[in-house]
Parts: sequence; C-alpha cells; structure tokens
Amino acid sequence: MMQEFFRMTGIHKIYPLGDEELHVLKDINLHIQQGEYLSILGPSGSGKSTLMNIIGCLDTPSQGSYILHGRQVDDMNEKDLARLRSKEIGFVFQNSQLLPRLTAQQNVELPLIYADVSTRERRRRAQEMLERVGLSDRMGHYPNQLSGGQQQRVAIARALVGNPSILLADEPTGALDQNTGKQVMQLFRSLNDEGRTVIMITHDMNVAANARRTVHIIDGELTEGGDAGNV
Amino acid sequence: MFKKVMQFLRMLRECFVMSVHNILGSRMRSFLTILGILIGVAAVIALITTVSGFSGSLSDSFSSMGAGTLTVSVSGSELKEGLSSADLDTLTAMDCVRGVTPTVSLKARVSRGDAYESSISVSGRNTFYFRENSELVSRGRAITPVDESNMSYVCLITPEMMETFFFGVDPLGETLYISGIPFQVIGILSDDTTESLTSLTSGSSDILVPYTTAMRLNNVNVVTSFTVYLADGYDSETGTTLLEEELDRMFSFEEDCFTVTNMSGVEDTMESMLNMVSALLAGIASIALVVGGIGIMNMMLTTVTERTVEIGLKKALGALPWQIQTQFLMESFMLSMIGGIVGILIGLILSYTLCTVMETDFAISVGAIALGAGFSAAVGIIFGWAPARKASKLNPIDALRSM
Repeated sequence: MMQEFFRMTGIHKIYPLGDEELHVLKDINLHIQQGEYLSILGPSGSGKSTLMNIIGCLDTPSQGSYILHGRQVDDMNEKDLARLRSKEIGFVFQNSQLLPRLTAQQNVELPLIYADVSTRERRRRAQEMLERVGLSDRMGHYPNQLSGGQQQRVAIARALVGNPSILLADEPTGALDQNTGKQVMQLFRSLNDEGRTVIMITHDMNVAANARRTVHIIDGELTEGGDAGNV
Repeated sequence: MFKKVMQFLRMLRECFVMSVHNILGSRMRSFLTILGILIGVAAVIALITTVSGFSGSLSDSFSSMGAGTLTVSVSGSELKEGLSSADLDTLTAMDCVRGVTPTVSLKARVSRGDAYESSISVSGRNTFYFRENSELVSRGRAITPVDESNMSYVCLITPEMMETFFFGVDPLGETLYISGIPFQVIGILSDDTTESLTSLTSGSSDILVPYTTAMRLNNVNVVTSFTVYLADGYDSETGTTLLEEELDRMFSFEEDCFTVTNMSGVEDTMESMLNMVSALLAGIASIALVVGGIGIMNMMLTTVTERTVEIGLKKALGALPWQIQTQFLMESFMLSMIGGIVGILIGLILSYTLCTVMETDFAISVGAIALGAGFSAAVGIIFGWAPARKASKLNPIDALRSM
C-alpha cells in the first residue's frame, strides 16, 4: 500500500484567550500529493500563519489528524517534531533569515549540523545546493554582502540541503522587488518541475498564481480555489 | 550508545566553533564578562599561592630551628624556685636527652673607657649550647666547661657591640665592664645569631657569658628557663612526656611549676592559623568569582534575548532543545574558562612578584590551579545553565514571530 504523503483531516486550532477561546483554524481538510505546487492564499489574520506552523511541524493542532509522509504528526512531542522538521520540511521565510556571522555556505550547512552530517559531506552538499540556486560564486560571502534576491536564494538552498519532502515558503517574495521576486518564483517552479513538493503561503494573488494549485483561507476556513494557474 | 556519544562529541565541536564565532562577534562585551571571572580567579590563585609560599618558608625555618628541642620555663614552687646545676645534670643524664642549655638573662650597664650603654641584654649559656650552634662563634673561642665551673668573667660579643666599644681595636683579649665587673672578651659572635632558635624564644642578646657567671651576676643559684635537645629516636611528644615526669619528681608533684613548650606544637598552631587565614582570604576572593559568574549569567541572558530569532530559526531547521542548550552552555563555559586560564596566569605572576618582594619561596601550587580551573568551569556551567535552559525552552513560533 502506498503510504499517505500529506493529509489533514478536521484540523482545529483553538487558543484560550482569557475566558473566551480564539478559534483560529476551523475544520481544515487538505490533501496534497507528492510533487504538487500549492499556494495557500489568505489575508493577514486569516489563520494562514497558524496553518503554516502546523504544516511545518512547529505546532500541533488542537483537534484533528495530520499525516505527513505516513507519520501521524498531531500528537508528537517536541523532540519528535524537531526530528521531523529536520527530515521533512525545508523552511523559507519572508526575510530569508540568514545568520549574519556565517557565510552563505555556512548558513546552508546549518540544518545539516543538527541532522548530524559529517563536515565533509556537509560542505559538499551545501556547495552543490548553492550551485543549484546559481550562487556558486558567492559561497564565501556574508549575508550583508549579498543582494536581497541572493539572500533569498541562499535561504532556499538552506531549505533544500536536507532534501526535505516539502519546501514550505512563507511569503517568499514579500521583501523582494518585483523583478527579483519573479526570479525566485521561477526557481520555485523549476524546483517543482524537478519533482519537489512546494507549499507557499502568501497574501498576494499574483504570487499565488505561480503555483499549480491554490487554496484560500479566510477566517480560519479553507476553500479549494481550484487550479489558479495556467498549467 | 556509542553512536550517541559520538554524536554528542560532534555536537560539542560544532558548538565550540559557534561559540568562538559569537564570542569574537561581540568582543567588548565578551572581554568585560571574561574580565569578571579573570579578576576572581587571579585573586584566588595569587592569595593561595602567596600564603602557601609564606607558610612554607615559615615552617622551613621553624623546623630547621626547632626540630627535636623542647623549651622549659619554670615558675617554681615555694620550696624550689628553679633548677640547680645538679638538676640540669640529672636531666642531661636522661636517655631521651642529648643536652640541656640553660638561659639566664639579665640587663646590664656595659662600659669601656668613656663609652657606655645601659640596658644591654646579656645571656648566660653553657658549653653544650656552643657545641650545638657551632656557627655561632665567628672569631675567638667559645665558652668551655672550665669557664662554666669557675664562673669565669669571660664574654662573647656581637659585631654590633664590637663597633660600639672597640672601634678600630681588636677586641679579643680586651676588657669590657659588665655591671662594673671586668670581663675578658674571648670571642666574636657571627652576624646571623638572630636566626637561632633560642634567640627567637628568649630574645636576642648582645653579649653571651657562661651561664654560671650570669647566675652569679643575677645573684641566683637556680635556672628558670632552658632548652632541652632530644636524643635521636625521640619525638617531641614522647620527649615532653618523659621530661614532664622527671620535672614532676623534681618539684615533688606540685602543680603548675613549669611548662614545656614543644616547637612542633608551635609550628602546628602557626600552620593551622595560616591555613585558616588562607581559607578566609580565598573565601573573600571567591566572592569576586561569584560576581563574575553573575556577569556571565547577565551576558548570557541578554544574548539569549537578542538571539531569539536565531534560536527560533535553528529550531525550525531541526535543532533539538539539547543542541540549543549545549550551544549556549558551551558559550558561557568558554567565556568562563578563558577568564579562568588567563586568571591563573595573572594570579601566578602576581604571587611570584609578591613572593619575590617578601622573599618567601614561590611554588606553583597544583591544587590552587586545579581549584581555579575547576571553579571557573563550575561558574561557567552553573551560571550558564539557566540562560541556556531558557534558550532551549524557547518556542520556535514565538521566536520566529519576533522577526
């Protein structure tokens, strides 16, 4: 039997807020196939960050079932979640979030340190990944010596270096100008063409349009947007 | 198991590299934090090494002077005020006694021609005393048994006395008036007589005469203070017991007629006092270490707050809580150890200088170094623990939200 790749069923997230409760996610059902390119589109305050945290195994749902790569995530403890993140999820954040005191290559190596990969292997894979995102001539540069687009590409290399099942991007073009944003989107598309599963969270319809499938999240409820793209 | 240990060691290495980055990244702050530990450790090391050098020199000079001797001072009873020469002979005949040197002290007016000095301290000694301290006479001769039994008016004088009374004249064979009585100078004492044991216990004297003569000058026929040299194979404890038995017999078992002081007892007291002083000083200095530790804790807490995003990011990238904790612990440990090592060096240099100035022995105390290193390591870990724990407990979502 094929193991389930990604399935969320009846996910709720409720935060206690004094006497009341804040119902952030309401009955989310989401099914993703391996190799999909999905965008989750929603305005701020819609619960999309919370959803991203749950997808990224940073947080657990209050209710419901979440299966990632055949494993039940919803009742995992902190340690198992960390291991799962290290193995399955590659994060790309809005502001690239590189450590300023490390070179591009050292930044890319970072996830491998925590995955206990040997120094030589780490270096090899980091260099390979930086080549893949087109930064083979910038490996020894520090983040402040790189442009915004280059920084974001380093961040993408860092997300991919552990060979995760899902590339999870939170507003990946949010801090970039239009042109650079486009380049990043092209990179995502080509990564997807190579078979990577990409999930992108954004509030920007134009950005979401780059994905092959879009779901909308409004007020904590998810609605399938159908094919937003032009495949 | 082995795999886990290896993974831990590799993680330590990674944390070491990261810590070096971070410490160098905020140089000024790291330097100040290290300085706190450095001062504490340097103070502890300097104090312990200096005091131990001092106490070493002290006990060396003690044992060179006082080994195998007992000092007896007699207060006497109504019937018997002190010991007669016959009593001293009895003591000398004891198995455990190698010899006895009485001390009869007086202050006298000394003159020669026009020159005079009042209140010169004169001590009466016996032949055995000079035989024991052969280095005592630099020129001339010592007191002989004949001088002793004849109560001869002969004396030995210090170089100081020589300068006072015999400027430009060879004093040997000359006459010096002590309390108006003419004494013949038979010898010159060497310079360093002050170093000898008896001078330490009974004060230094400028002129030595036969003890029998001194008794006559004092108009007494008993000795109330003397030093007993123990024979080989008798330690001070046994010697004291045997001597006390004999003295008890002499004083017909009356109480409180005499006290026997043993030098090793004095040495022990001295040493334990010094140890106490050194422990006290080290205790005070270690307050500085605690303050340094608080400095480390303060810096680490600030660092954790500042690097919230970094911590959140690392957690999102799959860092486990123990890995984060190890990283921060390593950082505080390294700060503390750098302070410790430099502090040990500075402390040693400081105590070397002090020891040189005070002219005591300088010895590198392994114990003190181990204490300094251990203490700074402990400070690093203890005061780094809470901030590291805080970092490892940080929720990645909250941490990332602040970005």
